[in-house]
This record gives sequence, C-alpha cells and structure tokens, in this order.
Amino acid sequence: MAAGRGPARGPTGAAFERRGRAAAAMAEEALEDGRTARTLPSLRQLSRALPFARSHGRLGVSASGRLTVPALCSQESADPQQTAFALRKAWTLYSVTPLHRFRRSRLSDYARLLSAFIAAEKQKGLAVEVGVELDIKVALSSLAELRGSELDQAALLVQLSSRSRASSKNSEDKLVWSGWFCSMFGDELSENVPENFTCLPLFLTHGAESYTSLVGSWFQKTFDCCFRRLAISPLNLSWMVAMWAGYKLERAASAVELVFSMPCLSQPLDISYAIHPEDAKALWDTVQKTPGEITQGEVDVFMDCLYAHFHRHFKIHLSAAKLVKVSTGIASAHCDGIVKILHSQYLPGVLMLLTELAISQIQ
Amino acid sequence: HLATSLPLPSERDHLRPRIDMVVFMIDIKSKYSLKNVETSLAYVDASFFLGKVCFLVTGVGRVNACSIETNAVCKLAEAYCSPVLFCELELEGIRAATAQRLLRMLQICAGHIPGVSALSFVSLMRNSNVD
Repeated sequence: MAAGRGPARGPTGAAFERRGRAAAAMAEEALEDGRTARTLPSLRQLSRALPFARSHGRLGVSASGRLTVPALCSQESADPQQTAFALRKAWTLYSVTPLHRFRRSRLSDYARLLSAFIAAEKQKGLAVEVGVELDIKVALSSLAELRGSELDQAALLVQLSSRSRASSKNSEDKLVWSGWFCSMFGDELSENVPENFTCLPLFLTHGAESYTSLVGSWFQKTFDCCFRRLAISPLNLSWMVAMWAGYKLERAASAVELVFSMPCLSQPLDISYAIHPEDAKALWDTVQKTPGEITQGEVDVFMDCLYAHFHRHFKIHLSAAKLVKVSTGIASAHCDGIVKILHSQYLPGVLMLLTELAISQIQ
Repeated sequence: HLATSLPLPSERDHLRPRIDMVVFMIDIKSKYSLKNVETSLAYVDASFFLGKVCFLVTGVGRVNACSIETNAVCKLAEAYCSPVLFCELELEGIRAATAQRLLRMLQICAGHIPGVSALSFVSLMRNSNVD
C-alpha cells in the first residue's frame, strides 16, 4: 500500500471486533427507539428535535416560515438518468457525521479497498449469502448534480453488484445493494466544520441489512464517521404530509394516506386514513396563507381539520394515536426512517427535509 | 384527585376537599392531550394562576415519538404564567424525582412551608426559561 494513506488494516481480530461492534451499534440504534433515553434530553435538545420550526434566515424566508420547492444545483443541465436510480425504491435512512480525509479523486482506490474488505469478511465465515458463491463488485461514483447549493458536497453513490462464479464471464452483473450519501442544502453543518472533513449527512440504503452493516463499518473504520438510524417523529411526518399534499401533480395521483397506530391496546391496531389527493390539496390551499412558505401553525390547522373530520364520522380521536406512516403521490415516509420518492421534480425538496432531519440528529 | 378533563362534575362539589394545586399533564406523544389541557384551562379560576398551576410534560424520553412541538407547550405555560416540568414516567428514577418535586410544590401551595408562598414560583420561572 502506498505511503501517505492511513495504515492498511487487514482482517485482523481487532478489526473483526470493531466490525462486530459497529454492526451491533448500527442495529442497536434501531432498537434504541424501543427504549427510552437513560437521561432526559435538555430543553434545547427537545426543541432541536423539531427542525422545521426553526427560523430560516437564508433564502429570503420569514422568521417562522420556510421555502417549499428548492431546485437542484444545476437544474437546467440535470440529467434525469442520474437521479432516476433514487426514485421508486424504499430507502432506509441513516445520519452520518462528517467524513474525515475523504478524497473524491480516490474513488477507485476506495472501491478496491471496500471490495477487499467485503471479500475478507466473507472469507472469515461472516458470509452474507449462505451457500452461494458470489463475487461482490463495488462501484463508487460521484453524482455532481445531486446537491442543493454550491456549498453542498456532490452525492456519493456506492453500488454492490454480484456475478455468480458459476455463470459465464459475459453475464450481467446483478445489483444487490446500493447506498448513497448526500447533502441537500446542508449548509448549516458544513459551515461549522473544520478543513479535511466532508459533510454528507444523509445516507440512504436499499438492499440487505448485512451489506449495509458491512459498508457502514468500512466507512466508519476508514473515515472515522458514525452512522445512526434516522427515525422520523410524528410531528415531522405531519409536516411532510402537509407539504407534499400541497404540491401540484399533473396526472391523477394516488390518495394521500396516513397510517396511525393506536396506543395502549393489547392487540396492535392500525388505522389507515385515505384522502382524495384533490381534496387534500384543496384543504391545504385554504390553509396556506403565503405560497412558498409554511408555518407550524398552518400544519397544525391542516392536521386538525383531518382529525376533526375523522372524529365526526368515527368518534375516534386520531390526535391521541401515533402517526406512523404518510404517503402521497410525491413520496411516502415511515417513522422507522424509510422513505420512497416517486417524483423526480420534488426530489430536491424531499432530500432537503431529510438532510435537515439528519443534521439535527447529528448535532 | 385525578380527572381526565375539566370542569369537575358538580354533583360531588360538597364532598371535595380544598384544591391547592392543579397539575396539567401533557403527553408529548398525544396531540389530543394538549388540546384537552387547553380547553380545560378555561375552567380554572384565575386565582390559581398565581403559582398554583403547573404543567407536566411526560414521555420526553422518546424524542422520536413526539407529536407536539415543545415550543408550543412553553408558550402556553408562559401565557398562563405557570412553570413547566418535563419528565419521563417510564424511568423509575425520574418518576420518583418528579413526584418529589410535585409534592414539594404542593406543600408550598398548601401553605405548609412557612416563609415560602406559591407566588415565588412565578419569579423562579424567568430563570428556567433562559437556556
């Protein structure tokens, strides 16, 4: 290995330990939501858990509102092929702390190191696929268009594809796992970070959990960063549904659906509340005062109208239940941190919200 | 005495002892609890708001399950000049500590602590809001 890089760490016992811990840490973070925090969060932390209600000085937005539809950095030359991979897939969300000494020029080196790491882990018997001989090929690529402002780092896409050894050399590689790091208007984080750090706070994965933990632990080891599952609170989900229901869609879109989980019951009970998209948009239009701006008060009024309507018909207070999933024609989001984006035009807007959530979880 | 909402039923007025303190409990996971508290506040006599009312926000340990904006609760408490306590009932230590705090406040409100009156809570509030 060339000098000037970090020490090449092979699959020693120590690395295995760290990988086991790292994988356990990534899984544990998902469990953490099932347990309450050991110590109470401070009031500042509690307020910060609701990022959308903060004031935004930039982009010419008033104190309590926020801009709704941002455009990608270079929208005019945006290649729809570049962003097509992000659509119509269920992405699991993680927040990532800044990467230390990440060099974009060395992507092919990193790809090689990562595939060697994965091969080594498989050899140690931590096989991700049992009984199937698979060669995992790693591809790292930079997506220059997937970012919001000039201050954002370009997105980084990691793809794991397999080719079965049994098949012929000319056979196609099958994509088994993909993950990408991105930052959409994440200036708040990148402003305060020292040199040598790359800020890509949002990490989205699609594929087997075992590959996610392998890739995650390699990144944690190599760039000294930290991954945590990103959960979405009911408050943030209600912001999302209010924003997305208000967007205009040309063709007939799918219904606006909210799924609630009823608390304190011996049997779990989920209530699914579906609204015609035009009705939802009409309701939002009467609530929203300034186009291009949304306030917490407007979101509250929108949700209260939906709750009141449901109560009138079914005598159930949905406001006492937990909102677990929202789904519109634009995108859908689940409180466990799983999103699916359906419309390329609103991809930057959705990513901006998610980046903000990721940043607030890191800080 | 525990009630799900105010006003208290008038049939038992003559059997009820004097009320020294009112604690409004808001569950951070339930928007309904906040609405309930807001409507119930209208039924409280104005003299209670001189230190004999307190807001207790429960469930703050689960930050990812919150349905209420904490700023809204703080603004409500400020509007009614009453302190807000945050706690997590699922953790035994915090539950016990919160109960002790409430008991202490109750003792002061009932006048059992000489030299300290409920009015002092109002002046203490200003300090706790500066973060």
